[in-house]
Amino acid sequence: MANPEGGNQTSAEYINHHLTNLKVGEGFWTLHLDTFFVSGFLGLVAFGLMLRVAQKASNGVPTGMQNFVEMVVSLVNDQVKDTFHAKSNLVTPLAITIFVWVFLMNAMDLIPVDFLSQGFQLIGVDYFKQVPTTDPNLTFALSLTVFAIMIGMNIKHKGVLGLMKESLTVPFGKWLFPVNLLFRIIEDIAKPISLALRLFGNLYAGEMVFILIALFGVWQLPLALPWALFHILIITLQAFVFMMLTIVYMSMAAESH
Amino acid sequence: MDINATLLGHVIWFAFFIWITMKYIWPPLQKAMQDRQAEIADGLAAAEKGRKELEQAAKQSEVVISDAKSNAAEIVVQAEKRGVEVLEQAKEKAQLEAERIVEAAKGDIEQEITRAKEELRSQLSMLAVAGAEKILRKEVDHAVHKKLLQDLEKEFG
Repeated sequence: MANPEGGNQTSAEYINHHLTNLKVGEGFWTLHLDTFFVSGFLGLVAFGLMLRVAQKASNGVPTGMQNFVEMVVSLVNDQVKDTFHAKSNLVTPLAITIFVWVFLMNAMDLIPVDFLSQGFQLIGVDYFKQVPTTDPNLTFALSLTVFAIMIGMNIKHKGVLGLMKESLTVPFGKWLFPVNLLFRIIEDIAKPISLALRLFGNLYAGEMVFILIALFGVWQLPLALPWALFHILIITLQAFVFMMLTIVYMSMAAESH
Repeated sequence: MDINATLLGHVIWFAFFIWITMKYIWPPLQKAMQDRQAEIADGLAAAEKGRKELEQAAKQSEVVISDAKSNAAEIVVQAEKRGVEVLEQAKEKAQLEAERIVEAAKGDIEQEITRAKEELRSQLSMLAVAGAEKILRKEVDHAVHKKLLQDLEKEFG
């Protein structure tokens, strides 16, 4: 327990310590080792497990793990089917990946804030930020990838010319094409930024509250528990919202206005 | 907020996971789920078919049973008729037999009467001869008087 009164840290130092990434490199070529490896580890575990289940999947009565994986996957697939009407074998896997991965990374928030960081300090690692989704690098990585896939989807379904025509003529007709283009650019740029910042902001704020609660020392328990319970909602909701908006953007890209 | 090369690292992770899901996780799961759905639909259809067949079989069995019932009734009626006929025939036969027996008995009686008459006749002639012998106190030569005796016998007859 990094108790600010007991140790040689002030509260501000304690908070700052928790919000600092473990990093190597300089300037742009800095790598946040903690978020990079935590996200990779979670992804490898989750998708490795799903891979094993999928390889053994049978059409008999599903049991145990297969049942659970099928439940999650069909939940996502139902959302895709409701929203995305074109044919694509990318959108459902994309949505599954986002939902599962973001959910797990968000769920790292439920591990008490000092467990991992103190533990790593014992083996000589100074900083450790455990929730990858509180790193804007990760949320922007997700949203920019989604953005790139969205543009690809646009071009695939409408062609380059169709996309240009749509950008120039919708919504005000061809005579107001500069306005249309401006609107379109703002609209499209807003998509990845809002996606990334929404996830980042929610999780960063949640993590911040956990850190502030941790400042109470032993008395954090009665406060941390209800906040953790409430946070379960935010974790799930943010993963779901990110997935849902991705599906919506994909369907907007696949269908003409 | 410091954006740096970590972003690229995460993009690589993300792309990698999407690729795994798209290539190796989603297709087999989707196939398993679709196959199961198809299997369940088939099962339900088969159950429905079976139910219909059962209904039809029940109907058919009803028809067969009612057929059998009417057949049986017909057979009973025929049997009754036949029984009456047989009885009638037997009665007729018995009647004829009785008449025949009575007839035969009558013949027998007739025969017996004639035989008795014949006997009586011959006895009577002997008696007559014996009587005559006694009257004449003389031996009657049977050989001589045979003709006479026969005439006498005829006369009694």
